[in-house]
Amino acid sequence: MKRPVIGQSVVQAGLFLLLLLAVPAALPNEYYLSICILGSLNAVIAVGLNLLMGYAGQVSLGHAAFYGLGAYATAIATTRFGLPIPVGMAAGVTLAAAVAWIVAAPTLRLKGNYLAMATLGFGIIISIVFNEAVDLTGGPSGYVGIPRLALFGYTFESDRSYYTLMAVVLALVVLVALHLMKSRTGRALRALHVSEKAASSLGIDIAAHKRFVFVLSAALAGLAGVLYAHYLSFIAPASFGFSFSVQLVVMVVLGGMASVWGSVAGAFFLTALPEALREFEDIDILVYGAILVLTIMFLPDGLAGGLKRLGRKLRRVGVDHAG
Amino acid sequence: MFAGAPQYIVSGLTQGAAYGLIGLGFTMIFNTTGIINFAQGEFVMLGGMLSVCLSVAGLPLPLAIVAACLATAVIGGLMERLAIRPLAGAPPVNAVIITIGVSILLRGGAMLAFGKDTLALPAFSGVKPILAFGAAIQPQSLWVLAVTLALLAALKLFFTATIQGKAMLACACQKKAASLVGISVARMALLSFAISGLIGATAGAILAPITMTAYDVGMMLGLKGFAACILGGLGNPFGAAAGGLILGILESFGAGYVSSGYKDAFAFIVLLLLLFVKPSGLFGKAGVERV
Amino acid sequence: MPANTTPCAPLLDVSGATVRFGGIHALTEADFTIAKGSVTALIGPNGAGKTTMLNAITGMVPLAGGAITLDGTDIAGLPPQKRAAAGVVRTFQNLEVFTSMSVLENVMTGRHALTRYSITASLLRTPGFRRAERACRDAAMDCLEFVGLAEAADTPAGDLPYGKQRLLEMARALAAEPKLLLLDEPAAGLNSKETAQLGDLIRAVCDRRNVTVGLVEHDMELVMAVSDHITVLHFGRPLAAGTPDAIQANPDVIKAYLGEDD
Repeated sequence: MKRPVIGQSVVQAGLFLLLLLAVPAALPNEYYLSICILGSLNAVIAVGLNLLMGYAGQVSLGHAAFYGLGAYATAIATTRFGLPIPVGMAAGVTLAAAVAWIVAAPTLRLKGNYLAMATLGFGIIISIVFNEAVDLTGGPSGYVGIPRLALFGYTFESDRSYYTLMAVVLALVVLVALHLMKSRTGRALRALHVSEKAASSLGIDIAAHKRFVFVLSAALAGLAGVLYAHYLSFIAPASFGFSFSVQLVVMVVLGGMASVWGSVAGAFFLTALPEALREFEDIDILVYGAILVLTIMFLPDGLAGGLKRLGRKLRRVGVDHAG
Repeated sequence: MFAGAPQYIVSGLTQGAAYGLIGLGFTMIFNTTGIINFAQGEFVMLGGMLSVCLSVAGLPLPLAIVAACLATAVIGGLMERLAIRPLAGAPPVNAVIITIGVSILLRGGAMLAFGKDTLALPAFSGVKPILAFGAAIQPQSLWVLAVTLALLAALKLFFTATIQGKAMLACACQKKAASLVGISVARMALLSFAISGLIGATAGAILAPITMTAYDVGMMLGLKGFAACILGGLGNPFGAAAGGLILGILESFGAGYVSSGYKDAFAFIVLLLLLFVKPSGLFGKAGVERV
Repeated sequence: MPANTTPCAPLLDVSGATVRFGGIHALTEADFTIAKGSVTALIGPNGAGKTTMLNAITGMVPLAGGAITLDGTDIAGLPPQKRAAAGVVRTFQNLEVFTSMSVLENVMTGRHALTRYSITASLLRTPGFRRAERACRDAAMDCLEFVGLAEAADTPAGDLPYGKQRLLEMARALAAEPKLLLLDEPAAGLNSKETAQLGDLIRAVCDRRNVTVGLVEHDMELVMAVSDHITVLHFGRPLAAGTPDAIQANPDVIKAYLGEDD
């Protein structure tokens, strides 16, 4: 059996990129484009968090902290220290990954709700630091004057160009996730999710794998944070608090645990939903809560699972008609 | 070095008692259903807000508080019936997301009904501080401690002397065995949500004169309550109460000796260090895993 | 090579193993050896410490005293995953199948330590990665064919019936190419026909794949049929060791089992 040189995942990610790039043409104005940029940023974090939560089964209620660490690190590096933007970006991703690496060892020994508590506590501590270390972060009122992203002499001035960049980044992140999960590392992560005993009895180093996926997901959150800071040029601690951590978890679960595409869908859905509910004015938060509850009730395996079932049903209908 | 310590202990115990009650609510629901209820903090908010609104509407204070607590208990029961029970069989993480959804609904509903203002409930018996042990004690602090102790005693009685309470404990130990001996696990779940609503609302009502209340206070209080029950060892109701007291005192000393801005951080750092040393809480049993 | 070694050379040598849970001695200075190329059973009444012995050998419970060597190398200080890499792989009494994965993926996971490529290689899908994955898949399929589950390769593992999940665990363990395969009550929950097939399979593992087998089992008929050698544990201490015939005739063993219906 000869395998094609270009793998299935590459084709999927390529098609996804084309789809993303086609979206702006269908949008009525620039405002929607900015929502799409935020959606892609959130999707990058959600895909990373899903590797940790959906595949490896380790809950994190503190991922907003890594997003914030990335954003603040590049903000401070590029303005206060006047470092070039690529250096700031590298610093942001590295800081998020390094902090995750340090936190991982004691934290990931905890299980279930204790792990949830520890990551939650970590997230809150970091968000308090963002608020209180006023000299460094500007405190609750935020950090201004972050330069717009410029790489290799090209400044991503327009939202259109920034969106194109985000589309490429997101497609690459999706490809990394798909490839990683279809490898020995992915199998090991899914295995330790189900049974740490059995996984370790087969020679899988549980602690090392948990740490790896934690650091990877933190680095992706840091990457999103870096890109967020250089997009908005203004950041404030409120964006990196407990609420956002919870929202990220909701994106993953709503999208469908252990589904890369589900996380993408969940992220875009939850980013766009509040905007779509604007017209409800005062009761928008009620409608938001209701949609959340109802979606989980009627799609227990998330948007991804729902779509999969819909596809199967359609196919069956097609077969019935053909026969 | 320890100037003001008695004052910090008093305010820490007061705040901590409330955290303990909130943690207790978490524990009740966790024990019967295995769910961490992220709407627990909203029960606390509802207790405070409903008390204020009912008393403003003309109800005498004690009656307003009782009515608020009962109403929240009903809301808790409804939540179980309408949002949790239909989920039976789905993975637990889905139930947790549902509780997050419900908390958004309750918060949104409270904002619509009561507005965005911060409201205060009058203290139950005046605000003239009592001087004792080198600390000025607000009468309301005594109320908080007394009500907490009374509730703990009532719960202890409930668990040991009533058939419902014993059934609930049995559910916590062994769900399958409990259902085999004829205990309706579904009814116990309903009851635990109602009782959690009642306890949470009580905490909200007794705390409201001290810390004020608003539609959005629930989340942080809920987190503290979760921290309290994790600190005490999840599943142990009295551990949760003790965890709450410890957390309250940590915060109060953190605010006094470290900095008020970092007081929450201080409490959480201690909590994390504790978890790293004792991964199943202070009074939790280490899970014995069978291979 | 293994075929030429003398059958009495010990592959596994546990000596003086002591395991305590709180104040309870689950194992007290227990000796247990498994000869290379043999099927060796560990039997004993309930609570005799059989599973504890397996857990101690695989590193899942700590030893309070004693030594464990595999092929002459001390493995007592290694964590479970290193012991697996050293060649000791086990199955579980209460099935520990990776239910969220396909049958084939389960078995491919068994080859974790034998499938070597960097994470970068897996991201870039390098030729080396493709080769290693293909080899991993082929070896896994071979193990599935060996236990008779090749047809079910793409089935979600959680959908397999109980008896087949037992076979899957065995295929997954075999995929790791162990020197020593430890089976923890593999016949539990199987009907008599399935048990007989299991017996044939255990012999085939030893005779055809040259994997030494350690067997903890309650089903005496199976034990007597497949074992070359039997060790009896009683209250955490070794009571007797010998061939199936010798064990069946041993008065101490008969006494220990008296009143126990098996």
